Amino acid sequence: MSPWLVVIIVGVGTYLTRLSFVGILGSREIPTYVERPLRLVAPAVIAAIAIPEVVAPFDTVDISFGNLRLIAGLIAITVAWKTKSIGWTIGVGLVSLWILDWLF
Amino acid sequence: MRVATPRERFVEGVKAVSPILLGAVPFGLIIGVTVAGTPIDNWVGWATSWLIFAGAAQIATIELLNSGALAAVAVATPLVINLRHAMYSAAIAPHFSKLTPLDRWWLPYILTDQAFVLSASRYERDSDATTVKWYYLGTALTLWVAWQLATLVGLVVGAQVPPEWSLDFAIALVFLGLLAPAISSRPAAVAAVVGGVVAVAGLELPNGTGIIVASLAGVAAGSIFEWRSLR
Repeated sequence: MSPWLVVIIVGVGTYLTRLSFVGILGSREIPTYVERPLRLVAPAVIAAIAIPEVVAPFDTVDISFGNLRLIAGLIAITVAWKTKSIGWTIGVGLVSLWILDWLF
Repeated sequence: MRVATPRERFVEGVKAVSPILLGAVPFGLIIGVTVAGTPIDNWVGWATSWLIFAGAAQIATIELLNSGALAAVAVATPLVINLRHAMYSAAIAPHFSKLTPLDRWWLPYILTDQAFVLSASRYERDSDATTVKWYYLGTALTLWVAWQLATLVGLVVGAQVPPEWSLDFAIALVFLGLLAPAISSRPAAVAAVVGGVVAVAGLELPNGTGIIVASLAGVAAGSIFEWRSLR
């Protein structure tokens, strides 16, 4: 499938998700048994993408001090927790990686 | 009582969203820079901004296209990330029912986390049709314009950035930054831990399918935990 087609399908699907209740389903409550799992989707998917990026940055699991991206990632998540700001998380995380790269 | 004009409500929305731009603009820049660092066509990369218009889903799409994941995975993962918009849509629908059909169909195109949070809390004070439409537009449209410009500037600037700067690491950092606020309850923490661990265990799975398996495992584990703690 061409990248264009992937992006268009994701775009249309995302629009329909946003439109869902406002334009199609109308004002109604989401049943609890749908809403509860829906709230868990974001943490599950985000962790499934984020954790391998730092634990196995080059596709092999490396939990050691030699894995500089893991250390920089731990610093970044601390910043994320404290500030709740993506800007600060990216900034501090990148600078940490540069310093670690320079030191080791 | 005097009824506020559309212009007043729009300006109020713009003012409310301005501080949030400080977080959104760097995120948009990073998406542009990330695309510039991949072999993905720059136009496809920028199109994610106006076709998808949701940062985490855009970066997931780019990452999966770049890693040669199965097309079905590259489509399913960002769509799953974007399911949360259905919750916003449901919460905002009673207010939007005061608007014309045309507005009800195009305004959701620019519905984002930030526009939803700001508008939903504003509607608790006033929910006349003017406020519903124009305050929302002030927040959502401002974000849309800023986002298109930020990703475009990121693309142009990113082409000049040398690889030694490890800007690809910014993808991981974006998701780490999103993870902290996403873990807002104990079931959410269980979902995140299980999702993360299964994703690492599933790295060997072909074409990025590990992410889908891990996400389902995370949601299932979090749901079971929540169900057990509620009994």
